[in-house]
Amino acid sequence: MAQATFRIWRSNGTGGAFQDFKTEVSEGMVVLDAVHKIQAEQAGDLAVRWNCKAGKCGSCSAEINGMPRLMCMTRLNELPMDEPVTVEPMHAFPGIKDLVTDVSWNYEVKKKIKKFKPRKPDAADGTWRMQQADVDRVQEFRKCIECFLCQDVCHVLREHDKHDEFIGPRYLVYTAALEMHPLDTEDRLKDLKFDHGIGYCNITTCCRQVCPENITITENAIIPLKERVVDQYYDPLSMLFRMFTGK
Amino acid sequence: MAEYREYSYDVLIVGAGGAGLRAAIEAAASGVTVGVVTKSLLGKAHTVMAEGGVAAAMANVDDRDNWKVHFSDTMRGGQYLNNCRMAELHAREAPDRVRELESWGALFDRTKDGKILQRNFGGHRYPRLAHVGDRTGLEMIRTLQDHGIHQGMEVHMECTILTLLTDGGRISGAFGYDRERGHFMLWKAKSVVLCTGGIGRAYKISSNSWEYTGDGHSLAYHAGAELMDMEFVQFHPTGMVWPPSVAGILVTEGVRGEGGVLRNSEGKRFMFDDIPDLYKNQTADNEAEGWKYTQGDKNARRPPELLTRDHVARCINREVKAGRGSPHGGVFLDIAWIKQHIPNSEEHIKKKLPSMYHQFKQLADIDITKVPMEVGPTTHYMMGGVRVDGDTQMSTLPGLFAAGECAAGLHGANRLGGNSLSDLLVFGRRAGQYAAEFAKANKAPAVDAAQVDAAAKRSLVPFDRGMKGERPYQIQYDLQDKMQELVGIVRMESEMKEALEVIAKLHKREENVGVDGNRMYNNGWHTAMDLPNLLTVSEAITRAAILRQESRGAQFREDFQGKDPEWGKYNLVVKKSDSGMVVEKRPVAELSPDLKQIVEEMK
Repeated sequence: MAQATFRIWRSNGTGGAFQDFKTEVSEGMVVLDAVHKIQAEQAGDLAVRWNCKAGKCGSCSAEINGMPRLMCMTRLNELPMDEPVTVEPMHAFPGIKDLVTDVSWNYEVKKKIKKFKPRKPDAADGTWRMQQADVDRVQEFRKCIECFLCQDVCHVLREHDKHDEFIGPRYLVYTAALEMHPLDTEDRLKDLKFDHGIGYCNITTCCRQVCPENITITENAIIPLKERVVDQYYDPLSMLFRMFTGK
Repeated sequence: MAEYREYSYDVLIVGAGGAGLRAAIEAAASGVTVGVVTKSLLGKAHTVMAEGGVAAAMANVDDRDNWKVHFSDTMRGGQYLNNCRMAELHAREAPDRVRELESWGALFDRTKDGKILQRNFGGHRYPRLAHVGDRTGLEMIRTLQDHGIHQGMEVHMECTILTLLTDGGRISGAFGYDRERGHFMLWKAKSVVLCTGGIGRAYKISSNSWEYTGDGHSLAYHAGAELMDMEFVQFHPTGMVWPPSVAGILVTEGVRGEGGVLRNSEGKRFMFDDIPDLYKNQTADNEAEGWKYTQGDKNARRPPELLTRDHVARCINREVKAGRGSPHGGVFLDIAWIKQHIPNSEEHIKKKLPSMYHQFKQLADIDITKVPMEVGPTTHYMMGGVRVDGDTQMSTLPGLFAAGECAAGLHGANRLGGNSLSDLLVFGRRAGQYAAEFAKANKAPAVDAAQVDAAAKRSLVPFDRGMKGERPYQIQYDLQDKMQELVGIVRMESEMKEALEVIAKLHKREENVGVDGNRMYNNGWHTAMDLPNLLTVSEAITRAAILRQESRGAQFREDFQGKDPEWGKYNLVVKKSDSGMVVEKRPVAELSPDLKQIVEEMK
């Protein structure tokens, strides 16, 4: 057993300050273990949101030594333990208490995206046929555990606070999963351009770098969506066509 | 009077995992108003952790499969204590429920001819589990969530129910609080559906998330409904054993389905040594045949690693106790060995078991494509729960329904892997449908202000005690230690009687619990509110396990090792009386002649 210091953000929603806690740590521990230990032994009302503690639910998102990460999947042996480990809540969302933020905005955004609309079934028994190769691409996006770390790191939301105009990387991936779904027939390009702010993304790839599921957010989801929007709205021939037909 | 926010719905769903969301979708579709209360954020419920797949006899991979085979597999797995009506409905309806998910956007892995792919799993005669790699639960909950948010249900995230409310012998709503801000909340409802999941947090080594504190079991019990089969707690054979902080995290049965084998420290595949008579005909007696089975050979029998979970867990336990375990007190689960048969096996394993690869790499620094994992049993699933009607899922308290893990009946003495996700879909839908019908047929009940006030007062007492009381966390840890030690995989009357004494003492400590701070997102307070539920279910498990003097399914009694045909005639029912908790024997529901014939034919 060794002792380590954790510098944890404490707040009641407005303002706040770091508080240092010293605690014993042992082999194999993750940051969430240390936070729980501090909660049980020193700060019973320390607020932390968590659930599965296995990297599958995406509840324990935080910023550890300044990096957006899941507390349950960050092992202490990958951090420099001779200095304090800082643990802060995500910055892109309003704080509720300590490490817990109000992420309800994300749930509102999802409702605004047009839902899945399948083509007519392929077989008489009401089922469809799809090849694994066509499903692979979308299955990558559907690995998303909705931890919102990509939203947290995105400068459009984090620095520029464009929550009203931009849906953020998570919902671009969500839209991509629907748009590239082999069965889907809905068209979401107009919404992407005019209401969901896809143009704000300048592909800095920060979202892809923090994704705990290693989803290739920028290259596989956002860029193809941008290309589709460009094809639809900025192709000179179709612009002329639209000008004359009024469509 | 306590101050609270008030909501009113026709149907209130408690829990937003697979069963809760499927119930909410069904109820909303029938035109009633629906509220959903969930302890965590939407889409985070325990369903998200289900890995292997959803069992449904679609016969996409093996055309010999049909509902009758699925039914008889489920009954055999449950050692014939199942509610046979539920087992029948489940087997008949599961295929439609899975196909329905596809129409809502789920993307299952595919067969070569473009259908939903199905994989082998313990206790299922044919490849039956529709799946998405090893993250089937995530696919399922996300599909239900994304479909559900457009169906008109109102979701109350991060809220805990403190008590169910009753009006003259029927349900009238629920009272609780919002975890984020600490406000009290009153939900009036004509019917309530409990979809609260399991009880795994009563044990130290568990694959379950923090939410699994037996809320639904305990709420129903205290409201006067009956519980059943509480002695049957499933220990999954393969949880992580190292490092200590992740001990208990699930290692999917899918690893064995894909050809993974169990070995002891001598390198021996010990599962071949102990194959129960009930399964002798269906189990391979040599390694070559077992391998062929995992690779889809229809003429091969399954390897003994894919016997039912209770049996595999006990065999692992035996190896460890006999000193043939792995360095950290488990046994070896080896998938890397398939390189002998499969070229490019590393990529193959990563593709088939991506989450497992990721989990071991990140949490234990182990590459499962190269070296064996260390695994041991972990508390995984509660077969017992609220006693319900097989068709409607209504409990013995009018207007109170239950579905999914917190309901009893489908799985009997032991659940087959994959039957849980299908359970959520089939009975979530049924509970939603019948709860809506009940709401339409009955007038709004009255809410008793005295019940609300009492619950509010009780919940705030820990703040009055503050730091003069005992902190809640240690009480929970002590309970988990003792349940693990005294009411675990191997049980004895003397130990379980000791457990009852421990639980009584912990009750006393719980009555003196204190928390500091205020009601804003206070984990200490939340834990204090979970404790009475954990203590109630622990007592129910222990009392039922003491009464059942035999070993059957998930219950193994050191002092009564055999299966006793006499005990096979009864389920145990737990209910509240004036003198405390009572356990009673009730005859098992009898099989109809047609079902009996199916069981006989498939033996």
